[in-house]
Amino acid sequence: MDWGAILGNTLSYLLSPVTIAYALAATGLAVHFGFAGLLNFGMAGFMALGGYGYAISVLSFNLPWWMGMIVGLLLAALFAVLLGVPTLRLRADYLAIVTIAAAEIIRLLFTTQVFDEWTNSADGLGNYHGGFRDANPFPDGEYGFGPWTFNQDGLWVRVFGLFLLALAIFVVWSLMRSPWGRVLKGIREDEDAVRALGKNVFAYKMQALVVGGMIGAMGGIVYVLPSAVVPSSYTTSLTFFLWTILLLGGASTIFGPSLGAVLFWMVMALLGNLLPQLAAEGILPMSDIQAGTLRYILVGVSLMLLVIFRPQGILGDKREMTFVK
Amino acid sequence: MSPTTTTQRRSTGWVGVLVGLFLAAAMVLLVAPTGAHAASTAPDTPGADQEETDYYFGGVITFDDEAVPDVTIGIEGGGFEAETITGADGRWRLYVPEKDTYTLVIDESTLPEGVIVDPELLPDGMVPVSGATASFEVEFGLTGSKIVNLFLGEGVRQTTSFIDQLASRLVNGLNFGLLLALAAMGAALIFGTTGLSNFAHGEMVTWGALVAMVVSTMWQLPLWVGLISAVLAGAALGLASDAALWRPLRRRGLGVVQLMIVSIGLSLALRYTFQYLIGGSTRQLPGASPTPIQFGPITLSYIDLISMGVSIVVIIAVAYFLLGTRIGKATRAISDNPQLAAASGINVDRVVRIVWILAGTLAALSGVLWAYFRPGVRWDMGTQMLLLIFAAITLGGLGTAFGALLGALIVGIVVETSTLWIPSDLKYAGALVVLILILLVRPQGLLGRKERLG
Repeated sequence: MDWGAILGNTLSYLLSPVTIAYALAATGLAVHFGFAGLLNFGMAGFMALGGYGYAISVLSFNLPWWMGMIVGLLLAALFAVLLGVPTLRLRADYLAIVTIAAAEIIRLLFTTQVFDEWTNSADGLGNYHGGFRDANPFPDGEYGFGPWTFNQDGLWVRVFGLFLLALAIFVVWSLMRSPWGRVLKGIREDEDAVRALGKNVFAYKMQALVVGGMIGAMGGIVYVLPSAVVPSSYTTSLTFFLWTILLLGGASTIFGPSLGAVLFWMVMALLGNLLPQLAAEGILPMSDIQAGTLRYILVGVSLMLLVIFRPQGILGDKREMTFVK
Repeated sequence: MSPTTTTQRRSTGWVGVLVGLFLAAAMVLLVAPTGAHAASTAPDTPGADQEETDYYFGGVITFDDEAVPDVTIGIEGGGFEAETITGADGRWRLYVPEKDTYTLVIDESTLPEGVIVDPELLPDGMVPVSGATASFEVEFGLTGSKIVNLFLGEGVRQTTSFIDQLASRLVNGLNFGLLLALAAMGAALIFGTTGLSNFAHGEMVTWGALVAMVVSTMWQLPLWVGLISAVLAGAALGLASDAALWRPLRRRGLGVVQLMIVSIGLSLALRYTFQYLIGGSTRQLPGASPTPIQFGPITLSYIDLISMGVSIVVIIAVAYFLLGTRIGKATRAISDNPQLAAASGINVDRVVRIVWILAGTLAALSGVLWAYFRPGVRWDMGTQMLLLIFAAITLGGLGTAFGALLGALIVGIVVETSTLWIPSDLKYAGALVVLILILLVRPQGLLGRKERLG
């Protein structure tokens, strides 16, 4: 058993672009569900719009990389408005069903052959990195130590991703301690009471949906920065993993989503390396493909256990009940 | 009452604007590109008008030993579609993404007058699609290219008219809608009695198909044993999930949102357990591709007929259960008002348990039928159906079994007939767009009542 490689692989996920991307998307989800009580099951759609918005703007419309990212964010904001208008006045579970359906529509539109010219259908897009890498302020070379050794591109992606994450966390933190954030939490706890105070509940919910969706799209952009955009990444499983991360860290906390993402990916990497090796050495009675599947079963089980026994998550406060309805 | 009425009135204005926006978006998204990729002139070299791949079909079209130029020829299959035009030497080439079976379609209006592709002189591996003279099934041999030379001859053209295609799709859609209704009615009953949007319902569907496959294909037992085990296993899963999970959670007083997320966890856990058990490949149930029978324009197999028959009989039985029996009436009473039902002496826990068993049975049966319809059994097949189940119960009005039946039929027919206008890899998207549109116009669903909106 190669413990060194297993440990190194696990630790590298502490600072991987995937972890940062999931942390961003989960922070967006925290704005939706943790603070505003909105059941968004379509985060995969927001991430897809962010990633594809960036990649297509760069590849098909020759926009500079930063403008491509802004296009991705604006698409996510537009998507949030389109989703919100018909559903935010209805009961919470309608939003759940409509968002999950809309995210699937987005995924199917990126998968279909019809828009092959722009999306390259099921094969996805690559080679949109030029502009972003040219903007790299770090000179060529090796950086870091141990499991955290990257070349200049790897370092730039991580630094940029962490910058976005810090920005998102700062924005969420300052929003949630502002009067706007207090109204939002009020809506989560008792919508009718807030309405009785003369607040426009619909407008607040819509703003929360847009803000969270744009943070989710930032996650989608960071997710595609290192390699490629592939439509099959944006299935409902992605959304459900984000929910697991959110509820693990604490839905109505500022740092919970990031903590959840780090824990989730380090445990996933640990199991993904450890279990197949255990199976190969005959310690686990199964094939190594089965051992690789086992960790996803554990994700499902831990999601159930979390919601039942610790719905406030690791960092959450039990008094701040997220599941009021 | 007055605040609600103003909201309603205001929302009607929104609705009009939005429906318009959506329709406009749909027109732009769906219509424009199909027009754009129709080639108008022949490419300089065969295939130069397409994206090159490792696999292609190519050939020459000749009539009386002379090349025929400017014939439009297209290929479709597996969600892929392409079109080209023969050059002055009659040559054409069509690239395809995968080594698979495709349908080659010759546009007969671009052939010389009164002439068809001679069915006597077709190359190997090419079979005319029944009932048409210009569509052929083609497949690759051992290599990545297939030469298909077509010889034209005098003959009478037969084409599938739009009405015939529509009729055929409608029957297919009805078949799919009926089997979807089985799963959707169960999900609607669960929602009605417990308030749970069960995200693990798709896995209950997969479970039925999986048990039937394991018993009849892997253990080689007779098919009827497999079918009975599937239905029993479905009932057992329904009972077990209620007894081991949902009833204790109701006792703990978990809210509906919490229950919904628990069901997502259960869905993930079950789905990957299925993958753990049978791996990632698609397997067939016994007798999965029977010989089709022709009814006028409609092609059906005896499995399709049995499937529709079984669905209809089971749906009628469920309807009788709900309307005619005491437990069925109790079920509807609980859906209406759980507190009142409990107060009037109905044993809510018992009825909910029966609903779970019924839903498990129906989902398993739906899974078996779907495994024949798709065809194939796969670990994540239920996930593909889950959103259609949700679409069906939301369309019909959340929580009413008959609404779910109506919703499922609409979803089934929309999914199948939409392929007449939109590419087949977008057919599920079409059903989900219909879901969102109906929510805009009539949020309580077709058979729902307004007070359910909350």
